[in-house]
Amino acid sequence: MDKLKQFTQSSLMLPLCALAVLLLFNAIFVDDFFTISMMENGNLYGRPIDILYRASSLIILALGMTFVIATGGIDISVGAVVAISAATCCLMLGGDISGVPEHPFIVAIIAALCAGIISGIWNGTLVAKFKIQAMVATLILMTSGRGIAQLLTDGQIITVYYTPFSYIGGNIPGVMVPTAMIIAFLMVCLVVFLDRKTSLGLMIQSVGINPTASRYAGVKVTAVLFAVYIFSGFCAGTAGLIEGSLIRAADANNAGLNMEMDAILAVTLGGTLMVGGRYYIGGTIIGAITIQTLTTTMYAVGVSSDRLPAIKAIVILLIITIQSERFKELYRNWRLKKSKEAANA
Amino acid sequence: MPKFLSDLIASPRFSFYVTGLLFIILFGIGSVSFEGFFSPQVFLNLFIDNAALIIVTVGVTFCILSGGGGIDLSVGAVVSLTCMSLAYLMRETSIGPYTSMFLVLFIGVAIGLINGFFITFFKLQPFIVTLGTMFLCRGLTAMISRDSVPIDNAVYGELAFTSLEIGDCFLSLGACIALIVVVIATIVLRYTSFGRSVYAIGGNEQSARLMGIRVDRVRLLVYVISGVCSALGGIAYSWIMLSGYTLHGLGMEMDAIASSVIGGTQLMGGVGFIPGTLLGVMIQGTILTIISFQGTLSAWWTKIVVGILLCLFIVMQALVTEHKNRLMRLNAEGSAKKAKKAK
Repeated sequence: MDKLKQFTQSSLMLPLCALAVLLLFNAIFVDDFFTISMMENGNLYGRPIDILYRASSLIILALGMTFVIATGGIDISVGAVVAISAATCCLMLGGDISGVPEHPFIVAIIAALCAGIISGIWNGTLVAKFKIQAMVATLILMTSGRGIAQLLTDGQIITVYYTPFSYIGGNIPGVMVPTAMIIAFLMVCLVVFLDRKTSLGLMIQSVGINPTASRYAGVKVTAVLFAVYIFSGFCAGTAGLIEGSLIRAADANNAGLNMEMDAILAVTLGGTLMVGGRYYIGGTIIGAITIQTLTTTMYAVGVSSDRLPAIKAIVILLIITIQSERFKELYRNWRLKKSKEAANA
Repeated sequence: MPKFLSDLIASPRFSFYVTGLLFIILFGIGSVSFEGFFSPQVFLNLFIDNAALIIVTVGVTFCILSGGGGIDLSVGAVVSLTCMSLAYLMRETSIGPYTSMFLVLFIGVAIGLINGFFITFFKLQPFIVTLGTMFLCRGLTAMISRDSVPIDNAVYGELAFTSLEIGDCFLSLGACIALIVVVIATIVLRYTSFGRSVYAIGGNEQSARLMGIRVDRVRLLVYVISGVCSALGGIAYSWIMLSGYTLHGLGMEMDAIASSVIGGTQLMGGVGFIPGTLLGVMIQGTILTIISFQGTLSAWWTKIVVGILLCLFIVMQALVTEHKNRLMRLNAEGSAKKAKKAK
């Protein structure tokens, strides 16, 4: 009983409930929602797999975003960085129709990740070194990032015919699970390791709660800030590889469009506050999956993609309202009043 | 550093002067490089083409000025929703164009009230709330119609082509409204108690509250103003597009924020000047005009140039703030020394 009470009090409770409600809705209204079947080529197939697969790049972005938001910052450039990373990878592979890559595949992957890390270094320099407000600092890369991606691809959409490139967004032959899911899983492991086994997690939290006090306590605030933005850039670079591989092309205009907003939403839904401090990796992952489940559910019941935002907005406003301190206070007062009435009666 | 320069940098209008200088330089570059660039009509076209963005940016500037992470991301979506509603009202119902325009203004009021209510009552982050309403408005627009709906009302079309003749040149109705909005906003922010309250709560919310300013009411009103400005911007936008479509005004919120920052508004709140914001929009417009005169460069160069400008302005603001802090320290030390001597 105590365990149950502890669980209902925990911050993971609300995100999990939201996800559970969505899944319940699916179980009732959508046929065969939970069936997972094996396709002829040995790949797993089914809605739950589909949700996790589509949520992979969002999870990866949201992980980086969680750390950034925990330090009290925000990184709105990740969507543009996704486009830069996808453009870099496709540029390195080249659009040769015979499927022969211009550079070795591994070089292209490293180049794309480096593009993400360089973007992170740029953001980190502005925020940590020049002490510019995070939102403004990352706004620079957000506006110019897509322009840079266009510059890289020369305004064209480069289509890559090199087959192994499609493995990242699809399946590696012979592996049942989509590669994106494996990458997301590895990233989650890395983040959990950094969070639990090193002091980095503690440092990030202390910077988010009070940077001045942290500096006096011996935390290298500049280095921590620098690190979180570089990690966010790295995450965006990884997500860029997946997004580029999904369509096997570099689309500088649409790759990762509005993804920064979804990533921020995932973090917020997970219970991490935008003012920084305490953060919840588990909540973020559940938040990202909730957003994707919502999308998939709406498609399943026949809501078109351009009308979807309205329903998404209502659900999100509802969840963040319930999470807010004011709502909890009102709820407590209401409970108190009710119990008093009961006592009087 | 000479005293004159030091005073200039410390003056509250410094970023406005820099923005103005930059605008003159950019326009000068265009005039020298291209024949026919230096004409009054090209200058007036900056207002005509950016009428909607100017109106929207004024609203966003109010939000940013009010501080507390104040921002309005829903403006682009409200512009789209307004255009679509106008198109729908005039096409599917018998409501006249003037009544329609009056009605759609209430869309702005409603969205502003929703934003303001969630932000002030539930103490939620403006970024997340307005992100939510942005999604809401985009979705609602698609619910009215997924396809582009043309506006073919004759009276409305005439209105769109109404223009003010100034000598050989002309200024469209949208541009005139944009200029009027800028003038009103400047006066309100500078000379009314409401305007001063906006600066006060942006500068220091705690002090403002202790001074007796009703912070929540002012903030709610700020978001309603932003909503109405977006709706008005939407009407100006529909005069150019003469249609309603879900993708109208896409990314306008970021353009508006960028213009505001280039115009000298600080995202912390409490510092900003509406005419500077106007110049911010016109700088973006000038870059676009130069690119279209040049002919071979792609439009995405605008994005890169705007990014570089943003970067320059933000670094400049950081340096200016530091300079001011140093001056204040020096002053404090100076007066302390004087006090000692007097003893």
